[in-house]
Amino acid sequence: MAEIVLEGVTKRFPDGSVAVRDVDLEIADGEFVILVGPSGCGKSTTLNMIAGLEDITDGTLRIDGRVVNDLAPKERDVAMVFQSYALYPHMSVRENMGFPLRLAKVDRATIDSKVEEAARVLDLSEYLDRKPANLSGGQRQRVAMGRAIVRDPKAFLMDEPLSNLDAKLRVQMRTQISRLQRRLGTTTVYVTHDQTEAMTLGDRVVVMRQGLVQQVGTPARLYDMPRNLFVAGFIGSPAMNFLGASLSGGALRTPLGDLPLDDRTRQELERRDAPREVIVGLRPEAFEDASLARGTGGPVVTVTVDVLESLGSDAYVHFGAEGGPVTTAELEELATDSGMRDAGAGGAQQIVARLDAATRAREGAPVELRIDMGKAHVFDPSTGSNLTHPEHPER
Amino acid sequence: MTAAGRTHATRWVVVNVVVVLYALFPVWWIAALSFKDPATLTDGDYIPREWTLENYRGIFATSEFTRALVNSIGIALIATVIAVALGTMAAYAVARLRFPGKRLLIGMSLLIAMFPPISLVSPLFDIERTIGIFDTWLGLIIPYMTFSLPLAIYTLSAFFREIPWDLEKAAKVDGATPAQAFRLVIVPLAAPGVFTTAILVFIFCWNDFLFAISLTSTESARTVPAAIAFFTGSSQFAQPTGSIAAAAVVITIPIIVFVLLFQRRIVAGLTSGAVKG
Repeated sequence: MAEIVLEGVTKRFPDGSVAVRDVDLEIADGEFVILVGPSGCGKSTTLNMIAGLEDITDGTLRIDGRVVNDLAPKERDVAMVFQSYALYPHMSVRENMGFPLRLAKVDRATIDSKVEEAARVLDLSEYLDRKPANLSGGQRQRVAMGRAIVRDPKAFLMDEPLSNLDAKLRVQMRTQISRLQRRLGTTTVYVTHDQTEAMTLGDRVVVMRQGLVQQVGTPARLYDMPRNLFVAGFIGSPAMNFLGASLSGGALRTPLGDLPLDDRTRQELERRDAPREVIVGLRPEAFEDASLARGTGGPVVTVTVDVLESLGSDAYVHFGAEGGPVTTAELEELATDSGMRDAGAGGAQQIVARLDAATRAREGAPVELRIDMGKAHVFDPSTGSNLTHPEHPER
Repeated sequence: MTAAGRTHATRWVVVNVVVVLYALFPVWWIAALSFKDPATLTDGDYIPREWTLENYRGIFATSEFTRALVNSIGIALIATVIAVALGTMAAYAVARLRFPGKRLLIGMSLLIAMFPPISLVSPLFDIERTIGIFDTWLGLIIPYMTFSLPLAIYTLSAFFREIPWDLEKAAKVDGATPAQAFRLVIVPLAAPGVFTTAILVFIFCWNDFLFAISLTSTESARTVPAAIAFFTGSSQFAQPTGSIAAAAVVITIPIIVFVLLFQRRIVAGLTSGAVKG
């Protein structure tokens, strides 16, 4: 149980590439912090630096108040769960879980009792004498966790532990991990590229991109108040819709039509000296079926439904807007990461709206949508920053 | 199976039988010769009419063969153990570490392996006579090691590369020193590779004729392949064919036993299950 503090931590590789740039992060004792971002953003490298598997080029790393930059992994008293589990194939489950204790020269009796306790917590008691080859993916994952638990370390470091499990198992293991962490109260740093995992598991989430921290906050805060285009587009599924727009008077001229801004937003934009050309971001839930909504205010637009996905609880309506999709570097990266580039979405801008399941929208038919402008975000295309975001920095 | 399938299978059975016969016929012939009475050696029978152990008794009665056998076993075992020990450590470095001159080192070791041994015999003869290790066990162990180490390193580094890097990282985080990680995690997993390499090196040393005949002069270091060349028959005009055949059979047995014993160890997939699945 310990707090982890990163101050200006940087990782520069011998060939000059900078994987992690100036990361400042304070993780409280017992907190579950998630590092999330697309591949190559530096989250795994950061985790490896905390573990001691990578050297820290610049900056300080403190675990439990102590500067640990130059300490070997075993001296930092942290346990790691790898994406590939890294179970020792020639040892049984019992031996795998007892390995760290054996290295620490703990006596036989204590090792046995700790291993058995961990096995009980993880429901592995009947598999203790099997070899990893004879276990299922979920069981192997639990053994990897068991190996971390028996050490009772200062912190758990997990590198995408659920990536190799199938979807259903992943959901189950997610809640197990959450429960386990709460029960043990150990500080945990968890790396994932899946924003759903990040949102559901973390006390706080750190969004990273190209080695830089984009935003740190609770899942709710990241969702409601993203600081920039990248965070806005990365968090939330289906992703936020982005439209190119121009400010004129108190309204936004967008491919969907003229959308009047509400007072708060307009004042904020004026205060910030916003440029004429902006990007407006609307989450799918910012739209609602105008025929079902009881006069909640906000502009109404008429669109033709391309694709209708009914999930029972909601209905997702896909429609197109005139003009090509708006692009900036951040949006390009998001599109590549989400596979949209490969899916060949090209052509017209595609927008997703989430409507109540009672909607009578049909594919191919027009539907009237009301937009809640209070939920609109306005971004500066050149910097990507969210102009409607409260300015003070947050951790 | 369909009729076409049956014909196909039959054809393959025929091919297999032909290949096996072709490969094993010389072996059978030598074995048959070894059991034949010296007088009936040239009668051309594939199966001896009279079986006799005379040839075997003969070679074991002479000290030149028994001594040669001891030499062979000793030299081959020692060379194998040292080559495998050194090779394992070198292969680990090659597979895992980045150090200056690594490519040069690998290139040079492969170069050594490809060098035609016959061209090295004369210089080696001179060197060994000068140093004084001519006709000694060391005099054979060193060239054997030199020629088998590149092969050992090459084979073993391929095995080490197969072992996921994550396992060593996990051991490191679990608290192992590099030596402990190597000993407790890597070596057990590299066992199949180690046994394969050991067998290859052993066979190389055991069967070698060139160095054995060039770098030894008395039975103090002469190994069996060379000793067989010096067999004499029962009289000046008789061919020692029977003894040679018996010696050949005796020399082949340890190899067969060795391979059969360790064949089980050379199983792939020892690392399956550690990583993902």
